[in-house]
Amino acid sequence: MKKSNIIMLVAALLPLGLFLFPLWKITLEAPQYPIPLGMYIYINDFSDANPHDIKNINLMNHYVGMKYIPEAIPEFKIFPAGIIITSILGLLIAFKGNYKWFLFWFILMLVLSTAGLYDFYLWEHDYGHTLDPKAIMKFTNPDGTQMGFQPPLFGTKHILNFTAHSYPRLGAYFLAMGIAVSFIAFLFGRKQYKKLFAK
Amino acid sequence: MKNILKPLLAIGVFLLAFTSCDNSKKSDSRSGALAGNVAEKVYVAPGEHDEFYAFVSGGFSGQLSVYGLPSGRLFKVIPVFSQDPEKAWGYNEETKPMLNTSHGFVPWDDAHHPDISQTQGVVDGRWVFINGNNTPRIAKIDLTTFETTEIIEVPNSAGNHSSSFVTENTEYVVAGTRFSVPIPQRDMPIKEYKGNFKGALTFISVDPQDGNMDIKFQLIMPGFDYDLSHPGRGKSHGWFFFTTYNSEEANTLLEVNASQNDKDFIAAVNWKKIEEYVNNGGGTKVPANYAHNVYDDETHSATSTMKKEVLVVNPAEVPGAVYLLPTPKSPHGCDVDPTGEYIVGNGKLSANLTVHSFTKMLDAIENQKFAGDAYGIPILNFEDVLAGTVEQPGLGPLHTEFDDKGNAYTTFFISSEVVKWKVGTWEVLDRQPCYYSVGHLMIPGGNSQKPWGKYVVAMNKITKDRYLPTGPEVTQSAQLYDISGDKMELLLDFPTIGEPHYAAGCPADLIKSRSKKIYNLEDNKHPFAVKSEAETKVVRDGNTVHISMSMIRSHFSPDNIEGVKVGDKVYFHVTNLEQDYDVPHGISMIGANTSELLIMPGQTETFLWEPKQEGVWPFYCTDFCSALHQEMQGYVRVSPVGSNTELKWSLGEEIE
Repeated sequence: MKKSNIIMLVAALLPLGLFLFPLWKITLEAPQYPIPLGMYIYINDFSDANPHDIKNINLMNHYVGMKYIPEAIPEFKIFPAGIIITSILGLLIAFKGNYKWFLFWFILMLVLSTAGLYDFYLWEHDYGHTLDPKAIMKFTNPDGTQMGFQPPLFGTKHILNFTAHSYPRLGAYFLAMGIAVSFIAFLFGRKQYKKLFAK
Repeated sequence: MKNILKPLLAIGVFLLAFTSCDNSKKSDSRSGALAGNVAEKVYVAPGEHDEFYAFVSGGFSGQLSVYGLPSGRLFKVIPVFSQDPEKAWGYNEETKPMLNTSHGFVPWDDAHHPDISQTQGVVDGRWVFINGNNTPRIAKIDLTTFETTEIIEVPNSAGNHSSSFVTENTEYVVAGTRFSVPIPQRDMPIKEYKGNFKGALTFISVDPQDGNMDIKFQLIMPGFDYDLSHPGRGKSHGWFFFTTYNSEEANTLLEVNASQNDKDFIAAVNWKKIEEYVNNGGGTKVPANYAHNVYDDETHSATSTMKKEVLVVNPAEVPGAVYLLPTPKSPHGCDVDPTGEYIVGNGKLSANLTVHSFTKMLDAIENQKFAGDAYGIPILNFEDVLAGTVEQPGLGPLHTEFDDKGNAYTTFFISSEVVKWKVGTWEVLDRQPCYYSVGHLMIPGGNSQKPWGKYVVAMNKITKDRYLPTGPEVTQSAQLYDISGDKMELLLDFPTIGEPHYAAGCPADLIKSRSKKIYNLEDNKHPFAVKSEAETKVVRDGNTVHISMSMIRSHFSPDNIEGVKVGDKVYFHVTNLEQDYDVPHGISMIGANTSELLIMPGQTETFLWEPKQEGVWPFYCTDFCSALHQEMQGYVRVSPVGSNTELKWSLGEEIE
């Protein structure tokens, strides 16, 4: 097996880390929460950073009319399937393909990851903006529009008394490394190919 | 998948870059020019924690208060022997059984001597035990919940004062009687006291796992007054020492008649020997009647069981188990130093302080050097057991505690001071006045092999002019002294609840990390608990109505109830569905002849309401729980007797 294919093999396996580690974490800080509320997002689950955090986030959010964080969303089925399929594809490429296929897999993963992030953004937007018309507390922006409570996709944002942090976690880094390593496999494979061609 | 979170945290390389909140250490404001300032020594900056917990008894308040040291800030008053409407202790249906006794419901007691459980002679911070003096009881407070979880009544006892001190592995919590009484109680002339009244010393075993208390045996002693006690430790582990007064066996005008003998006794009890005797079938089971009340954290309810038998042991049955050490002048405190060698008898009418030697006591026993006997119990010679005397340290010695540097600290009630002296040389090293009339004093871990000798707290009976006046009744108080140096330094006065009779303390780190934050709703086994709003209901059973209600920010479910009638017995069983730290809710109903409920997250409590008038009556949340606390309210419609209003309930919609 060529070195570049071995690298590609590693690249194809790395995204499976998403089944072990959380993809993202949203943390909510407020003076009344010396231990911040937090939620881990796995590719197939939402989970509490500390016991009962999601319940307590829901309790806070109901005052402004936000929906409860659902027990399950369709993405929890689609995303794992996507990761498994692309990993299998990556493995096939690692065993059978050449550097051009590595580039293909790299681009495919970039596109799918971007689509996943966009989907996440849409969910967050809906979660933060589709508010119960009978919300206990209604807030408006300075321009008169209804205030939304969308947590940031990436970064830190102040939402009323809360400071929300949203950052990728280890699972996301595994995915990112897989994608990056596939590009390295591509570069390496291309170099090897050119060497061979030069001879 | 959640189990993976821990290894995840270890992979700090990835995470550090995105660590969101910065808990950088606050700068140390205590260094520099003000370091020598007394105020600085007791200043605990906002948001910071005290170094020690102090559990200060409330004396005649019947409760146990929790203070921080060195700040002297009050954190909680734990209801123990007295009803507390603030926390519904003894008012709600769940805790009423805790105050049950052989005399029925007794809603008050006189709480005296808290003592923290120990393992291998060192305070372990698991439980605090405290005695009810008046209707003899021993309570156990769980230091994960800071709630009273067990109370056992002590039969054949009266004025349960030489209590509730634990042995060095918490094998026993010991309760001695102050009053001798007829055993068993019976109708007889008081003047026949002498020789007929007896004093029971009760050894209550403590289960090492769950702390369950059970009377192992009662030692039936001569009719003296058993004033205070302490366990042996280290070399004297296995013994227990009790001071006595009224060895005259007087039954009237004791202030004169019990002060005639030049010497009373310290009774030394070899409890290991008696335990062995009892384990081999010794002792006599006699009829008794006493309550054993246990609170369960999962059902959030107490049960009271009447026990009908107790094992008694006559000292004469176990030769070599009990000896009497003559001790001058009605000794009060009976204190054992951290090594277990010295037993201090604080002769309250004596000008000197008597210290006995455990080793010399054993020698005297071995050589059978007895001065006589009292009701068959050998009396040793004073000179044979005396280790030394602290000469003229003050007037009216009451209690002694020890630091970790070989010093002892004794309170003097009459001369109103704490005196520091050296164990072994009996030399007085320092004295500091108390304001005023000090009783007990406390050094964290002072009743153990390992005192933390940084502070001593003196507990005063009288304050007179020390605080802003509050009419004829003024606060009692505690005073904090720094004892880390050669000389004691008064740092702080702080007011206390009731009478600060005695206290027990230990480093906060032993306790605070184990302090429970919430009760898990999933673990709630209360028979009327609801785990969600879907489970709430109202059920009629004859004239009794059970409302299984929930509370969560910021509403009750149900909050509209119809179909209750005048004369019904309506039980509100209310579950707090919150699972967040420090979000209790309260509930009270107009006209209910009881207290509010104050319900912690995950807990269920019950109050009884017997509506007497028809109408529509409101209830509301009594603990400011949230921004919508004022909206947390509801109505019950009460219809006349015999009406056919249907039993219906709702939340968020109308009852049709």
